[in-house]
Amino acid sequence: MSQALEITNLNVSIGERQILKNFTLSVPKGEVHAIMGPNGTGKSTLAKALAGHEDYAITSGSALLDGQEIIGQEPDAIARAGLFMAFQYPSEIPGVTIANFIRAALAARQPKGAPFDAKAYYAELYAKMDALKMDRKFTARSVNEGFSGGEKKRCEILQMMMLKPSYAVLDETDSGLDIDALRIVADGVNKMRGPDVGILVITHYQRLLDYIVPDKVHIMYDGRIVHSGDKTLALEMEKKGYDWVKEKYGVAGA
Amino acid sequence: MSDQDQENQAPDATSAAIDIDREKGNFKYAEDYAYDAGVGLNPGVIDYIAKVKGEDEWVREFRHKALKIFESKPMPTHWATKDLDNIVFDNIRYYLAKGQKPARTWDEVPDDVKATFERLGIPEQERKFLAGVEAQFDSEASYSRMKEDLEKLGVIFVGPTEGLRDHPEIFRKYFGKVIPIGDNKFSALNSAVFSGGSFIYVPKGVKVAAPLQAYFRINAENFGQFERTLIIADEGAEVTYMEGCTAPKFETATLHSAVVELVALKGAKIQYITVQNWSNNVFNLVTKRGMAEEGAEVRWIDCNIGSRLTMKYPGVVLKGEKARGEVISIALASHGQHQDTGAKMIHAASDTTSNIISKSISVLDGRSTYRGQVVMPKSLSGCKNNTECDALLINTNSRTDTYPAITVRGTQNSVQHEASVSKVSADQIFYMMQRGLSEGEAMSLAVNGFVNDLVKEFPMEYSVELKRLIELEMEGSVG
Repeated sequence: MSQALEITNLNVSIGERQILKNFTLSVPKGEVHAIMGPNGTGKSTLAKALAGHEDYAITSGSALLDGQEIIGQEPDAIARAGLFMAFQYPSEIPGVTIANFIRAALAARQPKGAPFDAKAYYAELYAKMDALKMDRKFTARSVNEGFSGGEKKRCEILQMMMLKPSYAVLDETDSGLDIDALRIVADGVNKMRGPDVGILVITHYQRLLDYIVPDKVHIMYDGRIVHSGDKTLALEMEKKGYDWVKEKYGVAGA
Repeated sequence: MSDQDQENQAPDATSAAIDIDREKGNFKYAEDYAYDAGVGLNPGVIDYIAKVKGEDEWVREFRHKALKIFESKPMPTHWATKDLDNIVFDNIRYYLAKGQKPARTWDEVPDDVKATFERLGIPEQERKFLAGVEAQFDSEASYSRMKEDLEKLGVIFVGPTEGLRDHPEIFRKYFGKVIPIGDNKFSALNSAVFSGGSFIYVPKGVKVAAPLQAYFRINAENFGQFERTLIIADEGAEVTYMEGCTAPKFETATLHSAVVELVALKGAKIQYITVQNWSNNVFNLVTKRGMAEEGAEVRWIDCNIGSRLTMKYPGVVLKGEKARGEVISIALASHGQHQDTGAKMIHAASDTTSNIISKSISVLDGRSTYRGQVVMPKSLSGCKNNTECDALLINTNSRTDTYPAITVRGTQNSVQHEASVSKVSADQIFYMMQRGLSEGEAMSLAVNGFVNDLVKEFPMEYSVELKRLIELEMEGSVG
């Protein structure tokens, strides 16, 4: 059994339109991979389809978490199996505090009726918040309600650190962030890095990769990975832009 | 349900907090009633009730007068739901008692009543916590206890029969005055056949620290429950009363029609807290009103879950200057249920203030209705009202209606009204499920979040129970 997020020949449609076309990618545990690509190539579709969103029809293909098939499972089962997705646009949940939300998410991972160690939970929550330089008052606020863009992203990273997924997909987590917030988010991801987690960072811009140095960089275009390389590929992309990708692989537009 | 089933539902001995499980309420005991007035309503039933209770002549006359008014009044179906026409008054038992006087000590409580407490998961330590308990088993209070220190303070905490018989000098003056017999058809019905409930008097300046509590439940098919409560807080006195109920499930409709009158004299404060969870066949038609004299405060904190139809509009008559009134309510209407609730604020003196916050949740084909009435006459000045009503719709066939009636005359009074209708979005549910919550858990969390600011107004043990009741209700809304 391979210790990886193993995506093979994934085909995904929204309505009549096919978005992912035989998408194949492997993110081994312990590595950080980045997917870059122009807008509209299916990056966010990949994240949501993996997470089990019902609007995305998976017509064929496979996605294994450490050998366990997640395609066809409900979103909550996929999450509990170990996949975390940091949302590009996290939802507001009025009246539900961050502390209670993360607690409920952790409790959902316990056997039914098992006692919850609240003391240990708060100790860990506060330690992680300190690490992310978050004010403790933050825990009493409703999830994402009235948050700035930076606060929303930090809240996503905090949840990721608390839920300790075996694989995390960060969907354009850098969008709408100023440079300070970007650093804090990257810092959180870097703290998460380690042999027990595989991370897939989806981004349009290279700048996030100044702070999160990936083991591998993949270029996505027209629903599939068209080119892969090491971290230098990100820098190359910044210089060259995406036009050459479109020219070389732009079969859809031809 | 067999005895075997009942044993299988023995409560979890390890549960620490109040943990009322509606499924555990799905049982009943053998009907073994010492007093039974038979089925249907007529003057003979009234005489029977008055005789069994050993009531004074004036109470008997009050009941007879009420019966005439009840019979003369039409059903309020010109504004309320036609479902009221499905109540068959001839099929209802109007009086039923265990045939014993309210018990004073725990030892005197019948075993099957104790078993009911067990089933409801009300733990021993919780009972000790209660300052005074008036738990109503069917129409007669079968268990009541008052702590000595309450008696030392001069606080009277009895049932209506005792109250009217032993303390007429205190209770007669206000009985049926805040809510006259003819206020509505169901207040008239209650006035005719009332039985059980709480009569409380708190003397001048006495502040009762611990809330007074009442637990009661229905346990007979076709049996209507008509409790009557009158709470008088004398000048400067303060008291909190809590009522909570669960009921077994029945095959046929059950009518519950209470009347609750509160009197807050000068500078007094009364807080009345209700968490109710009727079974799906109960018609719950309740009249609740408080009167606040100068500088006094009346607060209704009300949560309605369950029942087939609830009609309840707690009100405050702000009779003295600078009086304050408040209604905070949560309603949850699920499959086959209609929560028709709201609030009334009658400003009858200057510089009075009132606040209404209502939140409703409609699940499946459940329907919630808000009806509000705020009245400020032209002759007054400095009156203020704030009304907020928010509705949350869970399923596409869920329904909500709002009927706020605000009558403000003159230029020196002010009102503020806000209303909203919202839905739990698919995006919110997906977001929460991505964190590992099941769809039902996600829905519960969203709904609990919606009412969270109001739940905080309830005492701790009630708020825990409330969250749990909401979770149980939401389990059926998905899938």
